[in-house]
Amino acid sequence: MSRTIQARRLTLHGVPLDIYERGQGRPILVLHGEDGPCPQAPFFSLLANQGRVILPTHPGFGQAPEATDIDTVDDLAYLYLDLLDENDLRDVVVIGCSLGGWIAAEMAVKSTARLSRLVLAAPLGIKVGDRETRDIPDIFALPEEEVARLQYHDTAQGRVDYASLSDDALTVIARNREATALYAWEPYFHNPKLRQRLRRVAIPTLLVWGASDRFVTPGYYGAAYCDAIPGARLIVIDRAGHWPHLEQPEVFVERVGAFLASA
Amino acid sequence: MRAWHFSENAYHLLPDAKEYDSIRVTLPNRYYDPQIGADLYHRFIDEWLIAEELGLDIMVNEHHQTATNLNPAGPVIMGILARETQTARLLILGNPIANRREPVRVAEEMAMVDVYSRGRLEVGFVRGVPYEMSAGNHRPTRMMARFWEAYDLILKAWTSHDGPFNWEGKYFHHRQVNIWPRPYQQPHPPVWITALSPGSAQAVGERGDIVACFLTGFDGSKRVFDAYRARRAALGLAAAGLDRFAYAALVYTGETDEEGYAGARKLMWYVEANKVPFQFTSPPGYHPPAAMADALKGPASGVFKMFQNPKLESFMEHGLVFAGNPDSVYRQIVRFYEHVGGFGHLLLMGQAGFLDHQETVTGMNLFAREVYPRLKELSPAVAA
Repeated sequence: MSRTIQARRLTLHGVPLDIYERGQGRPILVLHGEDGPCPQAPFFSLLANQGRVILPTHPGFGQAPEATDIDTVDDLAYLYLDLLDENDLRDVVVIGCSLGGWIAAEMAVKSTARLSRLVLAAPLGIKVGDRETRDIPDIFALPEEEVARLQYHDTAQGRVDYASLSDDALTVIARNREATALYAWEPYFHNPKLRQRLRRVAIPTLLVWGASDRFVTPGYYGAAYCDAIPGARLIVIDRAGHWPHLEQPEVFVERVGAFLASA
Repeated sequence: MRAWHFSENAYHLLPDAKEYDSIRVTLPNRYYDPQIGADLYHRFIDEWLIAEELGLDIMVNEHHQTATNLNPAGPVIMGILARETQTARLLILGNPIANRREPVRVAEEMAMVDVYSRGRLEVGFVRGVPYEMSAGNHRPTRMMARFWEAYDLILKAWTSHDGPFNWEGKYFHHRQVNIWPRPYQQPHPPVWITALSPGSAQAVGERGDIVACFLTGFDGSKRVFDAYRARRAALGLAAAGLDRFAYAALVYTGETDEEGYAGARKLMWYVEANKVPFQFTSPPGYHPPAAMADALKGPASGVFKMFQNPKLESFMEHGLVFAGNPDSVYRQIVRFYEHVGGFGHLLLMGQAGFLDHQETVTGMNLFAREVYPRLKELSPAVAA
C-alpha cells in the first residue's frame, strides 16, 4: 500500500494531463478538490473495487503542469468531457469532491451523453445567498487553523506539520493552493449561472455531505444544491466534515456503491 | 543622482498591536479618526512642498486597506501636488496595474496629471503587494501576464493619436480607445517599474524602463540591477545609463550619528508595525511555488527573518537604512552605490510612524543641504 502510485501523462488537444488509474470495469471518473488528487488515500483503492477509477490531476495541481489556456472551471469541464470522448468511455460515473464537485456539475450541465450517474461530495460552484452573504468562507483570508476547523470533523486531521515535510511535498501544497486560486478566486468558488443550469442534469445524482461540514453546511448549501438538481438525493455521513471521502472512506464508498447498484 | 522624498502617509495612532491580528486588510477603520486624518493629509502635503523647496523631487505611492498608508488613490494626491508645486519632478510609484480593472482609466489619469504639471510626471507601474490581493479581490495567480497586458494597453493609449484603436486581449477589452488629454511629454512620461527579483528585472531591462528596488539591501538590489544589465547585454541592446536604476531606503540625516540613528529608529516603525498574518503575506500564486514552500516552513526562514525582528543595526548593515550624520549617510550611500554597480535615483523614505513634522523636516533639510550636493557629483549625468 505504501508504494508510490505513478500517474500516466497524456496529451489531450495540446493539454498535458496526469492520470492515476486503478481497478477494472465500469469507468468512474473522480475529480479531486482543492487538496489535489491524493492517490494514496484509502478512498481511491476502496473505490477501485467498484470499477475502473480514473483520477486526473487538474492542470497546475500536484506535480501536473499548468496549461496556459486552461484557467477556469469551465475549461476543466470541457477538458474532461474531451477525455471521455477521446477514450470513448460510456456510462461513466462521475464523482467530484468540493472544487471537483463543481467541475462535475459543470460537465453534467453541458452534456450527460456519456454519463450515467453523478456523485457530488460537498460540491461547490453555486451562489445561494444574497450579495452580502458569504456562502463559502474565504479560505484565502482565514488562518489555516480556522480553515481546518471548518473543513474537518477531526480538526487534528486537517492540521499539517509543515516542518516535517520535504521541499517536494511543500511545493505540491504551494502548487495546490495556487491552482485553487487560479480556478476559484473570482467569482469565489462559484459560477453565477450554474444554479439555474443544474435543472439540465438528467441523470441520477447523489449528494454526499459530512454532518460536521462547517465550511458549506448540508442544511444550507447542500439543501440548495440538491433542490436545484431534479430528483437528486442528499445523504449525510456522520463523523465527517467537508471531505467525507477522506474522513470516512469506508462509509463513503459503501454509500456510493449502494447508489451505483440501485436501479 | 536625483533624490526623491517619499512618505507612506501612515496613520500611526493605533491601539496596541496585541489588540488586532493585522494592520492590513482587516483592521477595522473605526480606529481611524477622520479629523486627525485630515490634519495628517495636510501635513504630508506640506512636507512634499518643503521637499520641493529643498531641491528634492517628489514621490508618492498607493496602498489599500491599511493603516501603514492612507493613499488608496495615488493619482488623487498626485493631482494636488501637480498643482501645488512648480519645479519638482513628480513620481507615482506606482499604479498597481495588475489590480486596476481599467488600464485605460490609468492612462487617462496619468496623461491628465502630466499635462497640468506641464510635463513633470514620472509614471511608475507596480504589481501590488501581496496584502492587496484580498483588499481588491485581485487574483494573485498569473498576475504578471495581466500586468504586462495593462502596460501594453496604457503605452498604446498614450502614443496613439489618430483616433480609436481596438483592444481585445486576454484580460482587457475595449473597442474604442482614444484618450483625451494625451500626455504632455513625448512620446510619453518616463516609466518606472518596481522589481524585487531578477526575473522581473529582466523583463524591465528588455523594455528599458527605470527599475526600482525597495528595501532589497546590498545583495538583493545587486541581483536585480545585474539581471537588468545582463538581459540588455544578452539581447544586444544599448547598455543602460545610471538613470535607469533606483533604490528606495529609509533615510534619516542628523547633525550627529546619534541624532541620525534616533530618527531612523522612528522610521523603523514602518517595518515594526507591519503586523500581517500568513494568509495575507503569502496569498496563493503570488510567490513562486519554491518561495511559497519556503514560507510554509515558518516565519523565521529565508529573507523574512530580518523583517520578523527588525533592528536598526541589522537594517543599516544590510543597506535598508542609511542614517547618521551627513558624512556617515554619504559614506553609506556611496558604499551601496559601489556595491550595486551604481544607480541614479535615491528614493528617500523620510517619514514614518511617530517621526513628527519638525523631525521629518530636520532630516530632509540636513540631507538636502549636506548630503545631496555630494551625491549629485557621484552621478552628474542624472543630477537634478
